[in-house]
Amino acid sequence: MKDNSGNIDAANHVTGRSVYVDDIPVMEGVLFVKVFDSPVAHGTIKSIDFSAAARVEGIVKIFSCKDIPGENQIGGIIPDEPLLADTELHFQGQPVLLVVAENEDAAEEAIKCIKIEIESLPVITDPREAFRQGKLLSASRKFIKGDAPNAFVSCKYIFEGRACSGGQEHLYLETQGAYAYPTEHGSVKIFSSTQGPTQVQRTVARVLGVGMNKVEVDVTRLGGGFGGKEDQASAWGAMAAMTAWILKRPAKCIPHRMEDMRMTGKRNPYSSDYKIGLDADYNIIAYEATFYQNGGAAADLSPAILERTLFHATNSYYVPNVMVIAHSCKTNLPPNTAFRGFGGPQGMFVIEAAIDHAAKSIGVDTAMIQRKNMLDNGDEFPYGQIVAGAEAKHCWDEVMNEYDIATLKKEIETFNSQNQFYKRGYSMMPVCFGISFTNTMMNQARALVHVYSDGSVGVSTGAVEMGQGVNTKMIQVAASCFGIAHDRIKLESTNTTRVANTSPSAASSTADLNGKALLDACNQVKERLFTFIKTELTDMEESVVEIKNEVVYINDEASVFNWKNLVQQAFMKRINLSAKGHYATPLIYFDKASEKGHPFAYHVYGTALTTVTVDCIRGTYEIDAVNVVHDFGTSINRDIDLGQCEGGIVQGIGWMTMEEVVYNEQGKLLSNALSTYKVPDIYAIPKKINIHFLNTDGSDMAIFKSKAVGEPPLMYGIGAYFAIRNAVLAFNPNAVVAYDSPITPERVLMGLYNPVGGQQPRQWLIKKDSLC
Amino acid sequence: MIRFILNNQLIEAGQSSGSTVLDYIRYYKRLVGTKIGCREGDCGACTILVGDLENGDLVYRSMTSCLMPLGNASGKHIVSVEGINQHELTPVQQAMVDTNGTQCGFCTTGFVMSLTGFVLNENAKQYEEAIASIDGNICRCTGYKSIERAAAILVQKMAGKPAQGTIDWLVEHDFIPDYFSGIKARLLQLRESINKTSSPDISSEKIMIGGGTDLIVQKPHAVKKTSVEHLFDTGDLKEISLEDGHCHIGASVTVTEFAESKLINGFFPDLARYIKLISSTPIRNMATMAGNLANASPIGDMSIFFLALDSELLLNNKGNKRTIKLSRFYKAYKQTDMAADEIIERIIFKPPQRVFTFEKVCKRTYLDIASVNSACQLQLDKDGMITEAHLSAGGVAPFPKYLANTAAFLTGKKISKETIEQAIDIMNNEIVPISDARGTAAYKRLLLRQLFLAHILSFDKNLIETVKNILQP
Repeated sequence: MKDNSGNIDAANHVTGRSVYVDDIPVMEGVLFVKVFDSPVAHGTIKSIDFSAAARVEGIVKIFSCKDIPGENQIGGIIPDEPLLADTELHFQGQPVLLVVAENEDAAEEAIKCIKIEIESLPVITDPREAFRQGKLLSASRKFIKGDAPNAFVSCKYIFEGRACSGGQEHLYLETQGAYAYPTEHGSVKIFSSTQGPTQVQRTVARVLGVGMNKVEVDVTRLGGGFGGKEDQASAWGAMAAMTAWILKRPAKCIPHRMEDMRMTGKRNPYSSDYKIGLDADYNIIAYEATFYQNGGAAADLSPAILERTLFHATNSYYVPNVMVIAHSCKTNLPPNTAFRGFGGPQGMFVIEAAIDHAAKSIGVDTAMIQRKNMLDNGDEFPYGQIVAGAEAKHCWDEVMNEYDIATLKKEIETFNSQNQFYKRGYSMMPVCFGISFTNTMMNQARALVHVYSDGSVGVSTGAVEMGQGVNTKMIQVAASCFGIAHDRIKLESTNTTRVANTSPSAASSTADLNGKALLDACNQVKERLFTFIKTELTDMEESVVEIKNEVVYINDEASVFNWKNLVQQAFMKRINLSAKGHYATPLIYFDKASEKGHPFAYHVYGTALTTVTVDCIRGTYEIDAVNVVHDFGTSINRDIDLGQCEGGIVQGIGWMTMEEVVYNEQGKLLSNALSTYKVPDIYAIPKKINIHFLNTDGSDMAIFKSKAVGEPPLMYGIGAYFAIRNAVLAFNPNAVVAYDSPITPERVLMGLYNPVGGQQPRQWLIKKDSLC
Repeated sequence: MIRFILNNQLIEAGQSSGSTVLDYIRYYKRLVGTKIGCREGDCGACTILVGDLENGDLVYRSMTSCLMPLGNASGKHIVSVEGINQHELTPVQQAMVDTNGTQCGFCTTGFVMSLTGFVLNENAKQYEEAIASIDGNICRCTGYKSIERAAAILVQKMAGKPAQGTIDWLVEHDFIPDYFSGIKARLLQLRESINKTSSPDISSEKIMIGGGTDLIVQKPHAVKKTSVEHLFDTGDLKEISLEDGHCHIGASVTVTEFAESKLINGFFPDLARYIKLISSTPIRNMATMAGNLANASPIGDMSIFFLALDSELLLNNKGNKRTIKLSRFYKAYKQTDMAADEIIERIIFKPPQRVFTFEKVCKRTYLDIASVNSACQLQLDKDGMITEAHLSAGGVAPFPKYLANTAAFLTGKKISKETIEQAIDIMNNEIVPISDARGTAAYKRLLLRQLFLAHILSFDKNLIETVKNILQP
């Protein structure tokens, strides 16, 4: 298998030839769909008048929920979210009407003419307040191992506290969007920027009241997804499809950036309570946590995200007694949703805060407690799975060696003693992340391979390319299986008519699931070809056949056959050169009644060492270095995997530092544009990122033992929070810095100087009563 | 008709001159390699290169096409990614491929164009300059490390780039297609055929637009649909001069032109550091001085900068001219003393004699809007007495604030712990910060104190102990 083949799309990307939804040449008569959305976060519509809007030149139709042919419902897990609001409004930005026009300008002008009368209702933005009022999106969950409440009795040290993490806007560079046109027999074809083509298909079928077979969804690629297009692409697909289906014209529905930011959900903010108990030797004996997840106004994927928070509540640590509880709280914010890590980062942040709290209070090194309690083979996770293939200690110790932590600590001490207004800090961040959809059912995939009579190959899978390089990996799988050159293989768009019932490209599992399904398909064709060789061409049924560099080897000797003439002859003999592959992850299961099982195919491990420098006059900071040892298994594409690592780290640092989603008390998004919501730019990133590839055996459940890499590196970013906090403490040992992320320059400065009345934790919103 | 060269094609566009170059090239010309990320100049996915004749030389600058009014393209060479594509990848494109500098690809052409802008800049060869060229490009996938590696490769290739004949050298080395060699002559010809109006036709019916970097963000529809007067290329508004010991900055001077001026750099040794804090390369290439002052943003960086220089504005109302102190120009939130038919013609200030400092803190250090920004100018006599003080701050009042009381207090004082502390008290009574997405009011108060202390520290490093005492946590 050719290693280090860069992304197959790279040349098209750099020349601008790659096609995204808005680049597809539109058909004659295309209509533009714009959304009129709720101006309030909670209320009842008393009246709505769009007669003037309908008279604006260029307006073709204005749809309300009454025009929806099927069910007005887009909720994926729980049916609690209408496509268009009926009378109740639950968040600012909730779609109410669709304005369909010959051009975008007309639609925007018409929206200004819509008159709506609303009776306002009380707005809840705080998940704890929602919990107090009993407003939950789904049943609360509780994972129990051992007997935590009683185990605290034997603990020498017990610490309790609160930790909060903020939301995060996905900021995929390509906004949401879909383009649809009607096809025969009451069908519709949709080009969607979605991570979940089947989810769009299912939603559209429901909204139109037709079978899924009448809805074709096609995805070439995404200009970024990060979880934001796992479930939330469906609404835009449904809007475009409904318009096309009813009006029998092509329709495009692409929100502008500010509309996208206002109308779509983000990473779930969490406010959590923790209690940690240690014995005299600093072993963690008991851990309790209660997570209040800010779910927003509808369930979306929040119940599943909540579950993963519990799965990762103890991160890389072995804790004998655990009780963790999670509540998905219903607030009047846009429905929050999947974001790289899917609740895992939110859970890990809390136990890291708890350990840091304990260490600082006892007066020992946080790293000492972290290392001492690290997972090992045979340990039991709080959800019952037994640790196997543990690399937690291995990664940690390699970091210690590889990056010479002793020297670093001395350097930092010297620097801090020599500088009045600049202080450095560092932190260690271990990560243990479970790979599989936690919903066992979703761990299945299919692939379709066609070998054409000229020897060229077409591959379709359920995987969606969004920059993570999955298409490149799929080509590697097919090329490796067939023993042929990469350029013989074309990766087709992801299309629901070619590969049905797909799981979304998410959970870091896309390459594993689709790669294994593709391998199954390729193997079927290969077996037919080999049987054909053995029985029809050579009459050597017992021989060993393989294809290397397109040459057919029989019993290790090059034969007269090569891929091309073999395929041609097989076709002449009417051999089936196409196959559908299927894969369902073996062994995994989870019992929700007992909250025990074996939900993950395997775990990915790693450790990051982060060093930062804080400017204690201005409260600003720079990330000096992130040094990582990461368990890739045996990577099939180091270039792509390195890119996933570096990108994940920077995104995680963004979440922990500058990316602050701010709503006001009325539930209005204040950080509603790129001018007010800041993601890392090229100057904000760590000066150095070193990724050391830990070569391990990987896992048989990973494609070619190359472990999943999409999400785990994001959590290294959590280290930036603690490193910055430590630097603040180096300047002001009495600083009061809540475990409250993101640690913006504002929080840093307030921590450095603790001004009277200045401790107003803002969490994800500006509130009078502080949450944390 | 707006006439310009788009890639290798002469264009006569009949579209509204206030519509954007982005919409023109994407939706009229179907050059879809230029992407739409935010339509407010904050992501760089729509970056194009704009070639223009400056003092007889053909100079290319990167700009965000989402904020560029079509009228500003008149007489210029507009280059989209399709205009640099050749049979093989260019070295810039190849470097991005080789280092895996592209993942989802949506931001990629923007980076390619910005880096091509770097190689087209005949003076730029350093790594820092290559990185600076992409300071306006946001990538959400790569974490930029691979793009840094691409920049490093390009810097190596730039070693042989001559200061003269850069375009021919770049053509020879396949960075740009052959047709670039003929662009200068074609632009000269085009310019002759375009009858450029030298004096703007000011009327209250029209929207006056400079670089477009704020107006097109604030009211794109109005700019698109109303009659627009383009001031960006008005020759006599583009001059920087020294007259009677005062600097005169023309209204349409861009931030980049200001930053590149030898005259200005002579007065502000740290200018490059300040300018780096202000927006990004493509925005600085478009944004004009007067635009930044006239929009009256409470955190306008140039407003804060010029306030502490005790600047004056020369206003022109159809030939009737008057001057006004910048400190009296701002009246209320987004309100100025300017009449509807008036334009800013020049900014006039006396170059600082002793110490001038500019500070800015935001969530993200670069390409962000300040939580608080501040500038300070102090003149001292030989005894260390402050003879003249000017202090300004943004983000702490409804408009860019000249801290008159604090400045008055400091005048005639020697710097000491007591002076500084009293000044901070006075300053706190002069400001009325509010809580918003850029920080709470309490934070902004604290931050302004800190920036004031930063001014003091840059003024005299020996004050470090004094400042430390004040800052005792």
